[in-house]
Amino acid sequence: MAQNKIEYKVVVVGGSAGSLDIILKIISNADATGSILYIIVIHRKNDTNSMLPGLFSSRTKLKVKEVEDKDYILPGHIYIAPPDYHLLLENEHTFSLDASEKIYFSRPSIDVTFESVAEIFGASAIGVLLSGANADGAHGLSTIHRAGGFTIVQDPKSAEADYMPRQAIDKLKPDIVISADKIPDFLKNLILTPHNN
Amino acid sequence: MEFNIIKDDELDLLVNSLSDYGYDFTNYARASLKRRINRLLTIDRIPSFAELFYRVKNEEEYLTHVIEELTVNVTEMFRDPYVFKFLREKVLPVLATHPFIRIWHAGCATGEEVYSMAILLEEANLLHKSLIYATDINPSVIENIKRGIFSLGNLKQYSENYILSGGKKDFSAYYTAKYDFAKFDNRLKSKMVTATHNLVSDRSFNEFQLIFCRNVLIYFDKVLQDKVLTLFDESLEKLSFLVLGSKENLGFSKVANNFMQLDKEKIWRKIK
Ligand SMILES: C[S@@+](CC[C@H](N)C(=O)[O-])C[C@H]1O[C@@H](n2cnc3c(N)ncnc32)[C@H](O)[C@@H]1O
Repeated sequence: MAQNKIEYKVVVVGGSAGSLDIILKIISNADATGSILYIIVIHRKNDTNSMLPGLFSSRTKLKVKEVEDKDYILPGHIYIAPPDYHLLLENEHTFSLDASEKIYFSRPSIDVTFESVAEIFGASAIGVLLSGANADGAHGLSTIHRAGGFTIVQDPKSAEADYMPRQAIDKLKPDIVISADKIPDFLKNLILTPHNN
Repeated sequence: MEFNIIKDDELDLLVNSLSDYGYDFTNYARASLKRRINRLLTIDRIPSFAELFYRVKNEEEYLTHVIEELTVNVTEMFRDPYVFKFLREKVLPVLATHPFIRIWHAGCATGEEVYSMAILLEEANLLHKSLIYATDINPSVIENIKRGIFSLGNLKQYSENYILSGGKKDFSAYYTAKYDFAKFDNRLKSKMVTATHNLVSDRSFNEFQLIFCRNVLIYFDKVLQDKVLTLFDESLEKLSFLVLGSKENLGFSKVANNFMQLDKEKIWRKIK
């Protein structure tokens, strides 16, 4: 039976301590055709006047948005999980926010968004887990894996804080483990290649 | 979490059956509701949806427990301190001109936001002529407001928030610490009225000069949000104020034209 090729629709990136540099590189290198959307979840202090949207915007032509309640999900956008909320997806078209308990001392939690992306986007999702000193993200990445999505873990040896990527490698067999500097190009090529589920 | 993932049709079944008991979650945002139920299955070690459903149908106490667990009651004092700073500087001087001030905290959870407001009023010397209505769907959190007791572990952060909100006093003067708890001064609650109130099904019960409804609308879909915003519109006097959560908005709603946003913080004034 001929299998339909699946195209990736979403790249979801989770990072904590030591991940900002590589996230900026991923963004500078983001797919400019506008067919992919990016969701970025970073642990950070709860400062309301967040600098991230401005910082990201200066690196890309794509539209950057810190998510507000029930914002639409559109391709060609880079969405940032807002401080002090968990970021969820209602369906392929709408985000929602949740102010519930922190997970691994974190809100936004990477697990929460990864799990939600896995449920909604399944095999058309790419999950990327980066440097961090926290166990958040490993479980979420495994749900993306099980849903048929592609999983990338930063090589712990290249990570400023290796705990988070190590947790992920313990928990699942990621599709690829690569060093930070190779991730942006790898992603770019991956997106251009439709795959079989 | 892995075993008990509730399916969409099971969620529908549960939501339908809860509405038979007067709790209508139909227009709640699905993603969060689903997480809450999965969490409940895990915490209560319930092996299957069928068992959850059975207990909801047959054990009255368990039904209450489910309602309590489905709602997210996480809150803090002076959450988004700049909102409170704006209230201090721009809103309270307007309220001060009224002979009598009525405030409503809709979805107040355990009351941290209500006590924050009482402190603001007290410092502006307005508490004596204010009445603060604190309501929530969840009866158990309302009980906490009457006690005025909060976990001591959070007080350091609350005190920092208080200072960012423009507070000049020694925050610890407002409470007495005992064991792991901080008991807030009784005079702060002297002007609070607490009640259960369901924004989905209950109506307006007064006219207010200031309504808080923060981080409640995020749990609703836009249809329900619009309905609740209309309820607030009807419950606000002309030129009164509405405060929503930091990521919430009313721009999409049919009452949007009645309001003008005052600041980048989520504070609106009712202009007609
Ligand atoms: C996250 S808390 C917000 C507490 C506080 N306003 C704040 O921002 O910190 C949300 C509250 O909304 C309440 N809630 C949920 N559905 C409600 C409804 N239909 N009517 C009234 N309150 C509701 C929940 O019980 C919960 O206490």
